[in-house]
Amino acid sequence: MGAITAPSLSMAALAPFLFVFGAAAVGVLVEAFAPRDVRHPVQVGVALVGTIGGLVSTLLLAGRKEVTAGGALAVDGPALFLEATVAGLGALAVLLFAERALDPARSAFVAEAAVPAGSPRDAELLTSTRVQTEVYPLATFAIGGMMLFTAANDLLIMFVALEVLSLPLYLISGLARRRRLLSQEAAVKYFLLGAFASGFFLYGLALVYGATGSVRLSAVRAAVSTGGTGVLLVLGLGLLVVGLMFKASVAPFHTWTPDVYQGAPTPVTAFMAACTKVAAFGAILRLLYVGFGTDAWTWRPLIYGIAIVSMVVGAVLGLTQTDLKRMLAYSSIAHAGFLLTGVLGIGTGASGTGLPATLFYLLAYGVTTLGAFGVLTLVRDGDGEATHLSQWAGLAQRSPLTAAVMSLFLLALAGIPLTSGFTAKFAVFRAAIQDGAWPLVLVALLASAVAAFFYLRVIVLMYFSAPTADGPTVGVPGLPTTLVLAITATATLVLGIVPGAVLDLARSAAIFVG
Amino acid sequence: MHTVPASGLLAASWLLIALPLAGAAVLLLGGRRTDRWGHLLGVATVAVAFVIGLACTVQLGGMSGSKSVNLDLFTFISAGTLDVKAGLLFDPLSAIFVLLITGVGSLIHIYSVGYMADDPGRRRFFAYLNLFVAAMLLLVLGNSYVALYVGWEGVGLASFLLIAFWYRRPAAVTAAKKAFVMNRVGDVGLALAIFIMFAQLGTTSFVGVLGSTGALAGGVLTALGLLLLLGACGKSGQFPLQAWLPDAMEGPTPVSALIHAATMVTAGVYLIARSAPIYDHAPAARTVVTIIGAITLMIGAIAGCAYDDIKKVLAYSTVSQIGYMFLAVGLGPIGYVAGLAHLLTHGFFKAGLFLGAGSVMHAMNDSVDMRRFGGLWRRMPVTFATFGLGYLALIGFPLLSGYWTKDAIIEAAFDHGGTTGYVLGGVGVLGAGLTAFYMTRLMFMTFFGRPRWDAGSASTPVDPHESPGVMTVPMIVLAVGSVAAGYLLTQAFPLSAWLSPVFGTNKLESHVVAPLWIGVLVIGAMVLGVAAAWLFVGRREVPVVRPARVSPVVRAARNALYADAINESLFMRPGQWLARALVFVDNRRVDGAVNGIAATLGGSSARLGRAQTGFVRSYALGMLGGAVVVAGALLAVTAG
Repeated sequence: MGAITAPSLSMAALAPFLFVFGAAAVGVLVEAFAPRDVRHPVQVGVALVGTIGGLVSTLLLAGRKEVTAGGALAVDGPALFLEATVAGLGALAVLLFAERALDPARSAFVAEAAVPAGSPRDAELLTSTRVQTEVYPLATFAIGGMMLFTAANDLLIMFVALEVLSLPLYLISGLARRRRLLSQEAAVKYFLLGAFASGFFLYGLALVYGATGSVRLSAVRAAVSTGGTGVLLVLGLGLLVVGLMFKASVAPFHTWTPDVYQGAPTPVTAFMAACTKVAAFGAILRLLYVGFGTDAWTWRPLIYGIAIVSMVVGAVLGLTQTDLKRMLAYSSIAHAGFLLTGVLGIGTGASGTGLPATLFYLLAYGVTTLGAFGVLTLVRDGDGEATHLSQWAGLAQRSPLTAAVMSLFLLALAGIPLTSGFTAKFAVFRAAIQDGAWPLVLVALLASAVAAFFYLRVIVLMYFSAPTADGPTVGVPGLPTTLVLAITATATLVLGIVPGAVLDLARSAAIFVG
Repeated sequence: MHTVPASGLLAASWLLIALPLAGAAVLLLGGRRTDRWGHLLGVATVAVAFVIGLACTVQLGGMSGSKSVNLDLFTFISAGTLDVKAGLLFDPLSAIFVLLITGVGSLIHIYSVGYMADDPGRRRFFAYLNLFVAAMLLLVLGNSYVALYVGWEGVGLASFLLIAFWYRRPAAVTAAKKAFVMNRVGDVGLALAIFIMFAQLGTTSFVGVLGSTGALAGGVLTALGLLLLLGACGKSGQFPLQAWLPDAMEGPTPVSALIHAATMVTAGVYLIARSAPIYDHAPAARTVVTIIGAITLMIGAIAGCAYDDIKKVLAYSTVSQIGYMFLAVGLGPIGYVAGLAHLLTHGFFKAGLFLGAGSVMHAMNDSVDMRRFGGLWRRMPVTFATFGLGYLALIGFPLLSGYWTKDAIIEAAFDHGGTTGYVLGGVGVLGAGLTAFYMTRLMFMTFFGRPRWDAGSASTPVDPHESPGVMTVPMIVLAVGSVAAGYLLTQAFPLSAWLSPVFGTNKLESHVVAPLWIGVLVIGAMVLGVAAAWLFVGRREVPVVRPARVSPVVRAARNALYADAINESLFMRPGQWLARALVFVDNRRVDGAVNGIAATLGGSSARLGRAQTGFVRSYALGMLGGAVVVAGALLAVTAG
């Protein structure tokens, strides 16, 4: 056994990770040493510096192509594009976390998570303005893990990233200030099922290692192209895909999604819906395109089938939802199916338009869904957010601006022209058709039509129903949420009307390093 | 057409459009904060645009060589082989329109400050008015049919918004909708024409299209000409799309003056004049233009004789006068200048007449019923004097504006030659007589005779009074224009010389009928018309309630020759039948299918939803099942 040689590290290429993980580590220290009354602003500041620093340093790396850390990390177009997306959306999510004007207790997060829900102490704390600031370093760790997830060129690193992003998410899902039992139930469910999914991923990893003797994606690729696919390798691929699909909330591995989206504090749901989806698809793309790209005929039928299931399940189940958060959860499942449609547009070599289309879709969807959940935080009744559909009746009369912004996001989710959703859907469908997958696109269009019903129903409710007497109030958001809604709404429109620049960026970013 | 790049002040001609547009944006986005000074901003942007337009025109006049100045701004549409650059074309033709729009526009803006002083929506009014000016300037300055189309739709929007400015009045809303729908019919023609240009020539710029008309087949050119004419008819209220214009008088009177008399409704004339090279190669289309013009001029004149609503009479007069302009531009090269000269003088005197009508309405508690006016010349001397000068200009009183420009059109019509020439010229002379009749009738009923207004209520007594200076000064300026513009444009500084870079120099060698005889004929018709008005209206007492038992001719005129009835029976009712039939099919067949699908989906949603039990164990089982299927499928693919 030879001496372990330290791998060469390209510090510049790692700068985004250093920023984000550094900020997370600093956040832990702040939690330990900073006095309680300054902790909140400091934590928000640290998290923002970390995420925005991560975003800026990623953007500065644009155009770079290399493999570093001994081949474990890829710095290439898709990785940088998605890292920037995650960091940017993460910064917006942190802003949503930092909102203090909406809840009378000045935060969406619990004062002390360790106090049992419903105990006298809990009731006492409900009205206090204290807040659990650990949420910021935890979220920052998750953001770092997500960025790592999209860049992992090595199955082992991918697994580590998966855990780094998942564990904090399990925790912060349980930190809601109101309806705490629901929130804690969501956290436990997410944790149990997440652990289950990780088991699949890890077992798949072991099988792939057994078949190829390496966990490096490039080595997997070499093994696949020379030796073909053995049973071990195929089983390994299948289990890896299952693990990743779970994170991306693709049906039939979606069952946790509605419960967790509904139970988690809404800012956290926004964060999960936007960033986790981006990160998980980053890993899926890399695994399939880099690791098994030369063996596409094996996995194509599989993805084809899963895409159909996910679109149909998401669209059909969304129809009967009466809770807006659950409805958006099913929407997220349907969108995962649409995204897989784009993944299938692999084409032959460089001509494949599926990759840039998927990248663009991820950005557009992330922005819109973050904004939509952001609007949900505004509409409240005495018991926190009013997420039941009936409570939104006639909202446009009470608060025209809120209703208009929500309508914009819903139209984008439905894929109506002049919003980012249309451009994104058009791009992925076109890519799939170019690759001959028109039956899939047909299903996707039908599913879109079905899903449009439940988006439009909300708009109809808001504009054409009489408001209920004891309806919810629409809170006046503070600067952070206002900023988030303004940015996401603008981006949704801009990406719908003049998407050219971003589409070009996605196109130029769409080359994986080997 | 050869263009030169813009230099000097002309390079800043985009400011002409940008300024009113910025005004509109500030007033609309600024909200109530701008209420106090909004109208002043509105006036200022148009006034400054007028000054810039004047300076640009002076620079253009001083240029030697090509007088078509092109200014490229940015790429508007780039798709495949279609590449539309947003750019402006400043040439003698657009220059006269710029001056008309900003000049008359400034006066009407100033007038509106007084007219709308008590209206709570004054800021909104000025915002829309500015929006209109910006769009209208884009219409005449754009250097491609697409740019023109953007302006074309922009003025349509502004017109819609302003007709329905008092949106709580059902009549105003209906009128706005009618204008919008009928304009849409015309717009389809214009849009199709642009599509043909792109399909046939791959370009929509004026230089590209008008420079290569020779390359097009005759049928294509005729189609282009007819489609453009359809667009022009919609916007200019020409037969068969004339019915919206009189209804558009529901808008505030300054709007009627600016949009529905002086500028927007003449856009059709501009379109046809601008497309002259197309019509030069499409004689059939050109003939249709003259026929449409002749028909419309008669319809407008006849209907104008029967209405009692002062604004509607003026509106039908507008329809009729634009008919003259269409007749002129349809006559070919000799007619262009005559039509455009009449357009300019008409812009002056018709705007003046509308402002005068507005002043009367202002004095009479917004009443428009002429049977309730009478004897107003004593109470409103300035309005009477300016209105009277506009009236004389319109009926073609010798040496005033209308005399010069209308005579030129009738002359050109006779000079067309043959039977056609005599028919068109005859229609022109007859129209002149009718014009004199209905306008004299209007004068008698409004300003002379016994006062016929009732006392009004205690809170709003009717007490006719002269309007404030901010309203009378624009009227006076326009009256001066009504008197002098005709002489200036035809004799002192001939428009034909100014426009020769666009249309070339066209001088007729010989006349079919000597101009002197035409002059006598027209003046004779005018005198007859005035005399008839004296016989039927002036020397008798005007009944306050309009007589119900009248001859069929009068009844037809009162119904504007049944234009609305024809539209309703030909288009609206069949449309309603079709809609009803479709609704039936939709309810019975389509809805059945849709409801069936919805029920199926809803049912399966509920059934699938039962799997979402909330128990982690069943979720995990579902995932395991999925994983087994995935593994099985992959193995099957590999093995198979």
